[in-house]
Amino acid sequence: MLDQQGEWPHGVHPIGTERKTEIVTSLTVMGIETSCDETAVAIVRQIDGAGPELLANEVLSQIEDHAPYGGVVPEIAARSHLVHLDGLVKRALKSADLTFNDLDGVAATAGPGLIGGVIVGLMTAKAIALVHRLPFIGVNHLEGHALTTRLTNETPFPYLLLLVSGGHCQLLHVKDLGDYVRLGSTIDDAVGEAYDKTAKMMGLPYPGGPALEMIARDGDPTRFDLPRPLLNRKDCDFSFSGLKTAVRKHVLALAERDELGDQDRADIAASFQAAVADVLDNRVSRAMAKTKDQLGEKPRLVVAGGVAANQALRARLTETCETNGFTLEVPPVSLCTDNGAMIAWAGLEHLAAGHTSPMDLEPRARWPLDKSTTR
Amino acid sequence: MSRITPPPTAQNDSACEIALVDALATDRLGKTLADMVGQRDVIALWGDLGAGKTSLARAIIQTLLAASGLREDVPSPTFTLVQTYEAGSLPIWHADLYRLSDPDELIELGLEEALEGGLLLIEWPDRMADELPAERLDIELKEVGDGRVACLTGRGASWEDRINRAQEKMLQNDT
Repeated sequence: MLDQQGEWPHGVHPIGTERKTEIVTSLTVMGIETSCDETAVAIVRQIDGAGPELLANEVLSQIEDHAPYGGVVPEIAARSHLVHLDGLVKRALKSADLTFNDLDGVAATAGPGLIGGVIVGLMTAKAIALVHRLPFIGVNHLEGHALTTRLTNETPFPYLLLLVSGGHCQLLHVKDLGDYVRLGSTIDDAVGEAYDKTAKMMGLPYPGGPALEMIARDGDPTRFDLPRPLLNRKDCDFSFSGLKTAVRKHVLALAERDELGDQDRADIAASFQAAVADVLDNRVSRAMAKTKDQLGEKPRLVVAGGVAANQALRARLTETCETNGFTLEVPPVSLCTDNGAMIAWAGLEHLAAGHTSPMDLEPRARWPLDKSTTR
Repeated sequence: MSRITPPPTAQNDSACEIALVDALATDRLGKTLADMVGQRDVIALWGDLGAGKTSLARAIIQTLLAASGLREDVPSPTFTLVQTYEAGSLPIWHADLYRLSDPDELIELGLEEALEGGLLLIEWPDRMADELPAERLDIELKEVGDGRVACLTGRGASWEDRINRAQEKMLQNDT
C-alpha cells in the first residue's frame, strides 16, 4: 500500500497501473506456510486469460516427529520449520525452474496458528522480500483455505464455505476477496480436534482423524446414542465438546468392565462420525437457507480444511448439497490440508488487487477471518 | 504419561469439594470464581480429556468479559495453546498445555508475561512441572456418577478466604 508520502515502499510497483498497460499480465508468487504441522513452500502463477498454474508445491509434514506426543509439539514445530524452510524454498524454486528474480511477490501465513512457527515463516518471507525487492503479503491462514478452490476449481465469488480442520470449524459467506461474513463457528472444539481427542481416548494412533475414519468403516453407527449438540438452533454455530465427553463415558464404562474390544472401538468411531455428520448437515443446511438467495443462480458449497479429506463426511455433505440445490466443490485432498499453494494463491489474489503488507506486519496467534485484511 | 490429578494437599492449603450436578452448576461455579479473581491469580485445571476443564474456564472468562460489557466466543485453546482476552483492564490468558511435552517449551508461549499482571487459567498444568506457580488455585474435575465433582485446593494464604466464600456461595445456590 502507498505510504504517507504517496511512495510505494520497498520498490513495489503498483500492479494495477503499470502492468496493466502490458498486453499480457503475469503474476508469480511464492507462498510460505508454517503455522502448524507442515512446513510448506509453493509457487503459483497466473497469466491473464489462462487458468492459474501451480508451479511448485513442497510440503514437509512433521506428523512423524509429533506422533509420539499425540499431537503437534510447538517447540519442535518451530525448530523444525527453522531447520527445513530454507531448503524447501530452494527446492520450490528448483522444481519450478525459477529464480527469485522471476517472482512478483512473496506471501507467508501471518496467523492464526502456533506463534513460534508463524514467526519463522513470516520473517523468512520478509527477508526474501527485502533482499529481492519484492512486495510482501501477509496472509490469513484461514483465507488461504477459503480461496484454494479458486486456484484448483476456479470457483467464482460468491460461495458458502465450510472450513473444517484441526483448529477451526466455521461457516463463512465468501462474498469477494477480503469480504467474508462468518455465519457460525464452533463454540468449543474444532471438528479435527474432536476426532483427534476421541481417537486418543480409544488408544488410536496420531493423527487420530484418519485412524478413526478407518475403523469406523467396520462399525455400527447406531450402537451408541451420542448427542448432536446445538441441533436446531437458529444460528449456525457448532459444538463438539459434549460429544467428546459422551464418547468418554462409553469408553470408560467399557474399559472398566474390561470389554473395550476392536468391534466396540469401531462402533464408537462409527457412532461418533454419524453424530458429527448429522451436526455438519444440520448447520450447513441452515447456512444454506440463510445465504442461498445471495449466491447466484448456481449456489456453491466449498469445503476446505483437512477434515475435507474424510470420505464419510464428504459423502454426507454431498447429500446435503443435493437436498438444498447446491453444488459441492472440494479442492484436491493434498490442497485441503495445510500447504503453501493456498498461501501463494491468496497472496497472488491480493497482489493482483493491489494489496501488499507493511514490513512491520505482526504475527498473530488469533486472527478471525471476518476481520481479515492484509493492510 | 500425563498426570491428571494435582499434588496432595499440604499443611497450609485450604480445600473443599463442590458437586456439579449439571452444566448449569459448572456455569455457576465459573461465575462464582470469576467474582473473586484478578491480576496475578493462577488457576490450574486438572482432569482427563472431556472432564469439563474448558467448560469451566469458559464460564470464568465469559463472566469476566460480560462484566466489561463484552461477549466473545471462548474456543478450546488446544490448537493454539494460548488464547488471550482483555476484560477491561484485566488480561486473561487461557492456556492448554495438552500438546507440550517438556517445560522448556513453555518459554515460547510467554506465560511469564501473564503472571506479571493477568489472570492465568491453565489446562493440563502437569506439563509445567516445577514451573507451575506455587501460589495458585488447583481445581480438579472428576466424574462421579452422572455428574461431576470439583475439588478446589487453594495453595497460599490468599486463597483460604476465597475458597470458603466460593463454597458458601455454591451451597446457597443449591438450596
